[in-house]
Amino acid sequence: MAKRFRIDSTLVRIAFVVAAVIGGFGFIAYLAAWLVMPMEGQTRSIGARAVRDRHGMLLSLAFLPALIAVLIVGAGLHLGFVTSMAWPVFIGAAALVLLWRNTDAEERAWLRAAAEPVVHFGSPSRRQRRWFVLRIVAGLVVFAVGVAVLLSLQQPHPATTVRPIGGVLLVVVAIVVLFGPWWLRLLRDLIAERQARTRAEERADMAARVHDSVLQTLAMIQRSAEQPQKVVQLARAQERELRAWLFDGDLPGTAADGATSLAAAVQSIALEVEAVHEVAVDVVTVGDCPLDDRLHALLGATREATVNAAKWSAASTVSLYAEVEPARASVFVRDRGRGFDPDAVADDRRGIAESIQARMVRQGGRAILRTALGEGTEVELRMPRKKDR
Amino acid sequence: MTGPGASPAGRPRVFLVDDHHLFRAGVRAELGGTVEVVGEADEVAAAVDMIVERRPDVVLLDVHFPDGGGQAVIEAVRKETPDVRFLALSVSDAPEDVIAVIRAGARGYVTKAISGPDLVDAVHRVAAGDAVFSPRLAGFVLDAFAGMPAPPDAPTTVDPELDQLSSREREVLRLIARGYTYKEVAKELSIATKTVESHVSAVLRKLQLSTRHQLTYWATERRLV
Repeated sequence: MAKRFRIDSTLVRIAFVVAAVIGGFGFIAYLAAWLVMPMEGQTRSIGARAVRDRHGMLLSLAFLPALIAVLIVGAGLHLGFVTSMAWPVFIGAAALVLLWRNTDAEERAWLRAAAEPVVHFGSPSRRQRRWFVLRIVAGLVVFAVGVAVLLSLQQPHPATTVRPIGGVLLVVVAIVVLFGPWWLRLLRDLIAERQARTRAEERADMAARVHDSVLQTLAMIQRSAEQPQKVVQLARAQERELRAWLFDGDLPGTAADGATSLAAAVQSIALEVEAVHEVAVDVVTVGDCPLDDRLHALLGATREATVNAAKWSAASTVSLYAEVEPARASVFVRDRGRGFDPDAVADDRRGIAESIQARMVRQGGRAILRTALGEGTEVELRMPRKKDR
Repeated sequence: MTGPGASPAGRPRVFLVDDHHLFRAGVRAELGGTVEVVGEADEVAAAVDMIVERRPDVVLLDVHFPDGGGQAVIEAVRKETPDVRFLALSVSDAPEDVIAVIRAGARGYVTKAISGPDLVDAVHRVAAGDAVFSPRLAGFVLDAFAGMPAPPDAPTTVDPELDQLSSREREVLRLIARGYTYKEVAKELSIATKTVESHVSAVLRKLQLSTRHQLTYWATERRLV
């Protein structure tokens, strides 16, 4: 539908929800729009199809007696709210029937997924079905009793305080019995989804770490294939680091050497890069603070950016500037080397995208790359700081 | 990246003070023909005598050497000839050394790792009356002035301006700390190189005139961290 207005579908929905909350008309308008407008790739709208559906019409008319019954009972018992609610419920139910019969496969799958736990009849297990029927019956009975208790208040009985409370409780219990499993399932889905996302993030984090350590080392080994001594040294160092990670849980590529403050960790990164890559790393730090997860990510990205500068820029010096402010920590890694064209980096070289940018973004920070051929490179890393507890 | 060379003679007259003979020879070679080296010394007393006598434009001096180091030289010379300018050149990164030599009156501080052309540039700048901040000095200054309000018991006669950096000065120092040259700083901030120089000179003045105790306190404290 949003396609027609050329705006985002979420926006359209939000607008309609707001309208619905304010007047109720918005909801009707949304439904109307859904009914009248053809979906992409379909010539006839849902509404047009529904109108042609005689059988569906009859089905929805079947709700009419129920509506009348409710209206009569409501009027007889002077329950204004029952009457006022009956109409919308009736119209809603009838509309649902028509829509269901005329939605396309995709929409139907979506509706079914949303409604399945309530209408469990599609479930293959017999026992489940019996249990479901039992639940519905029990729920309806309790609901009826609750409503009856509430209704009896309308009679000229001496009202006690126990009765209305009991009635309300019964109704609530009934609703829980009827819909409880559905809610539970929604909750479970939500939790499962969140876990899946966490796992995906962990995997990305691990990929970044492997890139930092193992892939970097492999690249170094290829470049120094002529020097067996150096290859052995690199391989041994990598093996040690990998073992420490796998068996002792020490994270590679993060604050090396057990440094506990940002300034110290930045210094140790500089020393390490100087030792391995034979360039000078000028470190300037302003302020300092203890490390946490976010700053570990910042350091990981810093290390990656520094190693990149040392390996690829061909500059003899890399400038590393770290500043801790009350609200954030920033690191700048700068070289005056050959620079590069960021668009020309092959897609499978994940260093900048994964180990620097994604890693910063995952923790709420950001990374900005400034470079051009022949003009050196500067990587700017900014990470907001957690509030002191 | 050659300096403006605004000194009267075109080639500034430079005096070297360092207790390492090899290092003096190295600096001499690096400065090459762009300056006139009028002498060198390896200890405080001799250096003071010769500087007062020869009146160089710029004294390039080490921070650490026996009998008080660069600080002692600056203090002694400034009593006699206040217009001699000093540029500290040191391997020491200890903030208290750097801050002490700056507060004694040096117009700048560069590390010995500085490249030849950069050193020439720095000498010319100092000769022209500008201040020279290496990235590290810029970092020190930012750190020293970072978010510390003036002490509550500070005498009210002190100009509060001296205890704070303006936001522009802060920006300039940050870029220098990140490894930008003055020219690059000017380009980045869209201001003239001369403006960058005046900001840096203003910071230097604040650094030298600020009476706050924190500055010294901070410098000594930081070494222990």
